[in-house]
Amino acid sequence: MTTKQNTSLFNKKILIQAAKESVTKLNPSLLIKNPVIFIVAIGSFLTSIVVIEGIYEGSYSSFNLQIAVWLWFTVLFANFSEAIAEGRGKAQAESLRNNRTQTKARKIEGKKEVSTFATELKKGDIVVCESGDIIPSDGEVIEGIASVDESAITGESAPVIRESGGDRSAVTGGTKVISDRILIRITSEQGNTFIDRMIALVEGAKRQKTPNEIALSILLSGLSIIFLLAVATLPAFFAYSLSASGLPMSQNLTIPVLIALLVCLIPTTIGGLLSAIGISGMDRLLQRNVIATSGRAIEAAGDVDVLLLDKTGTITLGNRMATDFIPAEGVIAAELANIAQLSSLSDETPEGRSIVILAKEKFNIRGREVHRLNATFIPFTAQSRMSGVDFKSEDGRSHQIRKGSSEAIRTFVQNNNGFFPQKVQDTVSELARLGATPLVVAEDNRVLGVIHLKDIVKGGIKQRFAELRKMGIKTVMITGDNSLTAAAIAAEAGVDDFMAEATPEDKLHRIRKEQANGHLVGMIGDGTNDAPALAQADIGIAMNSGTQAAREAGNMVDLDSNPTKLIEVVEVGKQLLMTRGALTTFSIANDVAKYFAIIPAIAISLYSGKTGIGPLSALNVMNLGSPQSAILSAVIFNAIIIILLVPLALRGVRYRPVSANAALTRNLLIFGLGGLIAPFIGIKLIDIIINLTI
Amino acid sequence: MTAQDVIQVILYFALLIGLTPVLGNYMSQVFNGERHFMLPIFGWLERLIYKFIGVNPYEEMNWKSFARGLLLFNLIGFVFLFIIQLTQGYLPMNPGHLPNVLWHSAFNTSVSFVTNTNWQGYAGETTLSYFVQMVGLTVQNFVSAATGIAVLLAIIRGFSRKTTDQLGNFWTDLTRSTLYVLLPLSIVFAIVLVSQGVVQNFKTYETVQTLQGAQQIIPMGPAASQIAIKQIGTNGGGFFNANSAHPFENPTPLSNFLEMLFILLIPAALTYTYGKMVGSTRHGWTIFSVMMILLVTGLSISLYAEYSTNPVFGNLPLMEGKETRFGITNSVLWSTFTSAASNGSVNTMLDSLSPLAGMVAMINLMLGEIIFGGVGAGMYGMVIFIILTVFIAGLMVGRTPEYLGKKIEAFEVQMAIIAILAPSFVILLFTAWASVSSAGLSGLNNSGAHGFSEILYAYSSAAGNNGSAFAGLNANTVFYNITLGLGMLIGRFGVILPVLAIAGNIAKKKITPPSAGTFRTDNWLFIGLLIAVILIVGGLTFFPALSLGPIIEHLIMTN
Repeated sequence: MTTKQNTSLFNKKILIQAAKESVTKLNPSLLIKNPVIFIVAIGSFLTSIVVIEGIYEGSYSSFNLQIAVWLWFTVLFANFSEAIAEGRGKAQAESLRNNRTQTKARKIEGKKEVSTFATELKKGDIVVCESGDIIPSDGEVIEGIASVDESAITGESAPVIRESGGDRSAVTGGTKVISDRILIRITSEQGNTFIDRMIALVEGAKRQKTPNEIALSILLSGLSIIFLLAVATLPAFFAYSLSASGLPMSQNLTIPVLIALLVCLIPTTIGGLLSAIGISGMDRLLQRNVIATSGRAIEAAGDVDVLLLDKTGTITLGNRMATDFIPAEGVIAAELANIAQLSSLSDETPEGRSIVILAKEKFNIRGREVHRLNATFIPFTAQSRMSGVDFKSEDGRSHQIRKGSSEAIRTFVQNNNGFFPQKVQDTVSELARLGATPLVVAEDNRVLGVIHLKDIVKGGIKQRFAELRKMGIKTVMITGDNSLTAAAIAAEAGVDDFMAEATPEDKLHRIRKEQANGHLVGMIGDGTNDAPALAQADIGIAMNSGTQAAREAGNMVDLDSNPTKLIEVVEVGKQLLMTRGALTTFSIANDVAKYFAIIPAIAISLYSGKTGIGPLSALNVMNLGSPQSAILSAVIFNAIIIILLVPLALRGVRYRPVSANAALTRNLLIFGLGGLIAPFIGIKLIDIIINLTI
Repeated sequence: MTAQDVIQVILYFALLIGLTPVLGNYMSQVFNGERHFMLPIFGWLERLIYKFIGVNPYEEMNWKSFARGLLLFNLIGFVFLFIIQLTQGYLPMNPGHLPNVLWHSAFNTSVSFVTNTNWQGYAGETTLSYFVQMVGLTVQNFVSAATGIAVLLAIIRGFSRKTTDQLGNFWTDLTRSTLYVLLPLSIVFAIVLVSQGVVQNFKTYETVQTLQGAQQIIPMGPAASQIAIKQIGTNGGGFFNANSAHPFENPTPLSNFLEMLFILLIPAALTYTYGKMVGSTRHGWTIFSVMMILLVTGLSISLYAEYSTNPVFGNLPLMEGKETRFGITNSVLWSTFTSAASNGSVNTMLDSLSPLAGMVAMINLMLGEIIFGGVGAGMYGMVIFIILTVFIAGLMVGRTPEYLGKKIEAFEVQMAIIAILAPSFVILLFTAWASVSSAGLSGLNNSGAHGFSEILYAYSSAAGNNGSAFAGLNANTVFYNITLGLGMLIGRFGVILPVLAIAGNIAKKKITPPSAGTFRTDNWLFIGLLIAVILIVGGLTFFPALSLGPIIEHLIMTN
């Protein structure tokens, strides 16, 4: 896929750009969007003032300076993480947008054709595209048929057919017509096409916070207020304790120390990485060639617990395949295969080809040149409901070979004075019951046997559904087949439920019913008649090959038009939420160690008597070098952990298709317990380094 | 600990666990309006009350009218209590001829009893008349507990109902919980207490000659009725100043045992009621387990601290300030249970506990009185922590967090944060103020870290609506009466209103049926998680303050 090119984590260009932007993002009007980091910025500013004031008054403190520097770094690192996520997202989106910035359009005005810039097209304008033209903007074919190269957006090199009417009428701006001529009605102006919307979603300035992101921001702000309260009341508690220990009030906590404590306690790790996580969620979706029209849609994807999947293309390969030859009494299987192959040699339908392949696989019957046998191919018609060949054998007698439905073949042999054996009829009924399509083969007046045509369930799909079930997602197969056939395929594929002979209204009804029961429904569709269901579903993915109506109704577009994509989208959504939860847990768990670093450091003199080492130094479990190095270590750890976690935020936590409980246990161990222990080690290491260098 | 102590502890917990489903089931019948055995006895009274206050018991309320009813009811209770204290000198049933109460003390006491705190800045027998105690305080003991239950019922309905804004009827919930739960239990328990020797009369105080020949005034009064409800309703406001250390309040080991049982009984049983009413008793037992584990952990630490050698005084566990008649075990059990259950009664002086045992009591208060907690209040406070836990951990399974099928979103998180902030705000800011202002410091009897603990405890007690005091702090001053009064109001309604708002919002949501992808909230993993979140959020908020109080005191003592 072409869009995969820029996905390496640390592309040099993106890194440099992100470094620049982390400074420009210091603009307070941008910072205030992230309350936690905004608090850090205010703290950095105040500490800087204290440092400058100190220099001015001749009481320069290198400790204060170091605190100030690391606090600024904390803000910069948070900005950097957001900038790098944006940079990657933009790079991906740019590659989609590139080839249509300067496109010229051939607009139809009245009877004339006018050349104009694509950027000047309005919704409802009609343009003409001939072979070699780039389609100027998203639109709908209103006249003609053409083959279109969509590799610019899908990466798929084989051209696709786009024609007026029907379910293949939508075209995407930036794709190229390679044959014929079509008239297109423009449906979105440039700047408002799917790709433009997607680009807006990954660009920080225009990005809207998603519902879950808002809820998490509230939690983080709330925690910040609690810690602000805990830190702000500390000088008063200290004043009491100092006077009780007989120490002067001048030993009370200084502003840089208080700010250092506050910054260490408030959830800066998750606060700093929150927007990077959200942006990279979009980005991961884009890497899979899915365009979401809102961030909300990706989150909802994680919540989906019912998936409506079309049978054809998603669960089964598109076509039925021959899987077995069942000969009639007195006929050997090889003979049946031989005749069946003969009847199918000129049959270009997928079913016909599969018969030839099966005959070769099972009985090593090779392909023959049909015309050398003096044979004429009799194609399938709706009236005869059978196909086959007529040929003359060496003795000059002419033979008729036919394959078709059991009713058609019965009529055929009876017309030739043959009879239809009961055994064959039984086989036909049995196969139909199993959900297969029986094709009966006859030569002249003799019924030779039955070909077992079967819907082939995609390899690995059963396991995929089992994984989904583990994740608590119910799959519903939708098919136009009768319920007998549908049930058999559903059982083979391992879906939880199926809808046979489903009409678009049935789909819509089913979605409403599931939603009324509290489920969130995801579906993928392409046709205009899918539009209402796509709009009703919580996650509606429209295939790019589908109609404009379907693409407008859904909240995502799959550029590859691959129905299994729905499952991947759900995974991206879950991964996004998991990453947020994991880093929040990590961030909060970190605070325990920071308390153990800072509290003994700042309270060392209290109730110390003459020794100067007070009782609270017993809490210095990490045995940090000095009070100052302890505070500094905590602040440094707090800053660099943001940078260290940027790759995780961009990639997302590892996603595995397991039950909620298993996922939770795993993430709790890594991010909860890990978050508790890691800072003890990290702060201690930094403290050792600081004390070595001093 | 002696074998007898151990047997008593085991018997206690066995009874508590055994009675939880029995009472819990009965309460769910009462609150659901189902048939139950008390209906023939008090049903007429219930209907009469509705007629009298002009309420249609079947009319449902949304969260705002529910909250309005609740606030109005509490305001009326406050004003009434305030006025009868200011005028008790002119009112009947005042055999001790006690004068009118000072305004700030009356304010504090009124707030205290309306908010189910029962902090007592005054000495009961020398301050309040029988009239105020019975018509004022005892009535509030009932209805403040019933108010807590009503709020809990609102949030339960929020979870169990879907796509509605109806949360039940405040007046109905209040009436039913008083009539069918609190009143019958209190009547039975008061009679048992009288049998043990608790006084219940309207006599004037008696003057007797002691063996040494000195004159002593023996206070009398209708004590048993107030003591029954003071324990059952997790109130704790003693009839006498010495509270449950007074032999007329708590005469025998049996009365001591039963009072301890009744302190935790309703809060424990409400976990079962909760489970029953939200449709899964397993959820109720999950919460019960969380509370029980936290309780037993705290109890163990306290017992360990009290039975270890005190390095300052030598080998023996210290009896100073303990309930000498019942021993150290019963003193520690009582202090742990009451601090956990938002019950302000004491049978021992908390001031004399070892620093660690004192800290356990303090942490019980600071966590927001959710370890069983106040009647109704403990359970709805726990729901706040559940919402936080579900939100943080629930994300880690890759879905919008949900609890009991309801999605936990921005509004719920916001309200939960407010409910956690409100008491923390009171504890930290008021303690800070008191520890640097002369008005605050003048009330202290002790200096150093212990003095700090006394102030910290007082505001924790007010904010958690507990009502017990560390003692050693003269809190009957304008400064303390007002700040503690405000603290109790914020600690009570700063939690109740967000809880009701959550109830209102959550009732509107659909219920998502559970699947394998649902984050389970009724297993051991969740129990562990909830405990961790409670301890970490509580611990992170109060660690600096605790480290300058009991922790430093403990370290000084052991060094």
